[in-house]
This record gives sequence, structure tokens and C-alpha cells, in this order.
Amino acid sequence: MKRLDRRQIAARVAQDIEEGAYVNLGIGLPTLVADFLPTDRDILLHSENGVLGMGPAPQPGEEDPDLINAGKQPVTLLVGGSYFHHADSFAMMRGGHIDVCVLGAFQVSTRGDLANWHTGEEGAIPAVGGAMDLAIGAKRTFVMMELQTRAGASKLVKACTYPLTGLACVSRVYTDVAIFELGLDGASVSEMVEGCTIEALRALTGLPLTLAPSTAS
Amino acid sequence: MIDKSVESAQAAVADLFDGASILVGGFGTAGMPNELIDALIDRNVGDLTIISNNAGNGEAGLAALIREGRVRKVVCSFPRQSDSHHFDAAFRAGTIELELVPQGNLAARIHAAGAGLGAIFTPTGYGTQLAEGKESRIIDGKGYVLEMPIHADFALIKGTVGDRWGNLMYRKTARNFGPIMAMAARTTIAQVSQIAPLGSLDPEAIMTPGIFVQRVVAVPPKSDQAHLEQAA
Repeated sequence: MKRLDRRQIAARVAQDIEEGAYVNLGIGLPTLVADFLPTDRDILLHSENGVLGMGPAPQPGEEDPDLINAGKQPVTLLVGGSYFHHADSFAMMRGGHIDVCVLGAFQVSTRGDLANWHTGEEGAIPAVGGAMDLAIGAKRTFVMMELQTRAGASKLVKACTYPLTGLACVSRVYTDVAIFELGLDGASVSEMVEGCTIEALRALTGLPLTLAPSTAS
Repeated sequence: MIDKSVESAQAAVADLFDGASILVGGFGTAGMPNELIDALIDRNVGDLTIISNNAGNGEAGLAALIREGRVRKVVCSFPRQSDSHHFDAAFRAGTIELELVPQGNLAARIHAAGAGLGAIFTPTGYGTQLAEGKESRIIDGKGYVLEMPIHADFALIKGTVGDRWGNLMYRKTARNFGPIMAMAARTTIAQVSQIAPLGSLDPEAIMTPGIFVQRVVAVPPKSDQAHLEQAA
């Protein structure tokens, strides 16, 4: 089967972000989605540190140390954008005002539990940031990730073994081989890359996956 | 006459004491009150509890305070970063205590303290390791965790312009925790690039009303630039 690379996964996520959406893209892989948002749609990016209407990275020499994103990288503000303090910013997230948030993950369970903040490894310094607020606060939480770890283990699992970020909060997972819809009834496959089959996905994940109605491939 | 302006960063932090709890504004380096922290380092006080989003970046500000061994405990959401080596070293050596708080809960707990709320029920963290041992409740079918307000003896924050009544404005994403930290401390000390004459700030645009601020000190932005260069 023909696996998608990270930029292709990001491009696929971007296609599903609707006109008028308020969107938060998590640190790391999800920030790539910004590069592929359809230019004919008004989509407002939110950053937890107090920006709505966040624009791309500035030109070299134009960086402003007071205008950064959640990953502390310099960004710009689009026309019509706004700044606000942390209580307002997290009210937007926790209060269900953000339409979509896209997060990376160590593991996601078929019922939508998310583990993305801590491996629990001995000696690792834990850091959570806004991950727990985002996971449970947005109207819809998407995950983008490669389906398997480098060692070949499925990151879509029956139950997470890493410490949880949020319970039953992820509704869809975009991976390099398929898109999965999650719910309390388990995971179904709504889209597969060329050459992929439901049997292959069942073998890769060890999960009793079903096909969602009108699955594309 | 109300005049909250003080002549120097040193004078502004002159009564900070050993064992104090201090809210420190900033998200990464944006909004970090570096000069107030430098003045605090000169005061030679220690055993401090610092509440801030991060645990120091590079060499300046909070990172320097940790490097100098003045911090007993950090309450923050995101200590581990590419340039948090002073915190990392202290944490691994067991000389600093960490209370990890999800960022929105940190903001809500600080805001709750400033707003006089006894506690909050928050959905963030419910069912996770960070809610272990805490009271929880199902409200309208959704799980919430009881979190306590975060009061502090002092807040050190950074604005752009202030006036002698303590009214403040901030710049871009350097606003971050400033307005809510100002509310939650017994004594809030703001460094600003400029102290403007009373009446010159647009009342419609004042972000922190002076009631939340006890001291304002002007620190010219030039020294901010030096800090950036030092950090780079």
C-alpha cells in the first residue's frame, strides 16, 4: 500500500476544515496543517497564548519577540486578528468555542481516549501545557499521527497504556494509511490509501475494525 | 495622591522575602519580567515558590533565578523545553519540586484567586493522572475536577505602558498571564517600558485597571533588547 508522508496527512486533514472554522493546531506535527488550509476559506487559527487569526511565520528580520505561537516560534497576525489574556484564551478552548483542534498522539483508543503528554518513562520530565484543555474542550478533536510506532506497534489501541490526556475526546484519527472514526462503539474506517484493505488494517492494529458507511479508498 | 510608580526595579522588589510565593508572568520569554527578576536575584532571597507557565528559558529571567538556586518549588504547565536546562538540572538533582498543572487550569486557578472564588470545577484533567487524589463530580453528565485557587504573595509581570495609578497595557502575546496574575497576588509589581502621564491611556483600551496593581516601575525597552541578544 502507498503510505502518506507527514505533509500528505496534513494536507488531508486540511481538506476537512470548513469555511468559518476556529481551529487550534497542536505543537509539532499538526502545525503542518496550516500550510495546506484552502485559501478560499476564512479559517481562523487560535493559539493558546492569546491569538486568534494567527498568520504564518514572518519574513527573516521581521520577527517580533512579543508575537509567538504555542511552540514559542515567531508568527504574524492576520488582518482582523486579536490578542487576549490566558483566561480568555482557555475559555475559548474549554468553553467549546473552538470548532476543531488537531493534536498529535502517542496512543489513541478506539473509544477516543487520548495519550499525548507523557510517556511515563523513568527520569522523563513531565510537561502538559494546554494539551488536556484542548483535548476535551474543542467541539471536535482530531488526531494526526502515523498509525504505527517505529517499532511497528499500533498507536490506535483498545486501551491506552500511556498516561491519559483526556477521556473519550478524539472523534477522528488521520494516519498515513487510513482515517478512523472513533466512538463508544469502537473504531471504523472511513478512508484508506490506495492498495490498503480493511483486512490489512485489522492485521496492523489487531483491532476488530469495521468499515464506516460510504468508505472511500 | 495615588502614585504607584517606584524609581527602580530594586526598589520595587525590596520587600520580597524568603519563602515567598511569586506569580511570574510570561509565556516563554514573551512577557517575562526579566529586570524585576534580576533585581530579585540581587536581593539574595531564596526558598521561593514560583508559579509561571514555564520553568525558565535560556539564561535570563526565571531561568537565572533557578540557576542561582533560589527556587524551592515551581508550579507550571510546561517545564520541559529545548532551553530549560537550568530547571532540568535542578529537577534531576532533586533540588526543586514540581507541581504540574494543565495550562488552562493554571489560568483558571489564578483567576479564581483574583476573583474571590473558593474553588473551581474544571473538566480539564478529569480521569487523568493529574486529577489523582482530587475530588471530582459529574455535572450534567460530564466529569469535573475540583481545583483550588492559586493565591500568591507577589506577582511580577510585564506590560508596555502604565501610569501612576497602576493602569496597564500589554503588547501582543506578551499579555498572556499578566492580567490574571495581577488580580491574584497580595502585591503586584509591574515593569513597563514607559510610565505615561495619568489620563493619557485610552480608558477603553486599559487592559489591567490599576486596582489590581500596587507598584509600577519603568524599565526602558533597550535592556529588553540586551536580554534577547543574550538569550540568542
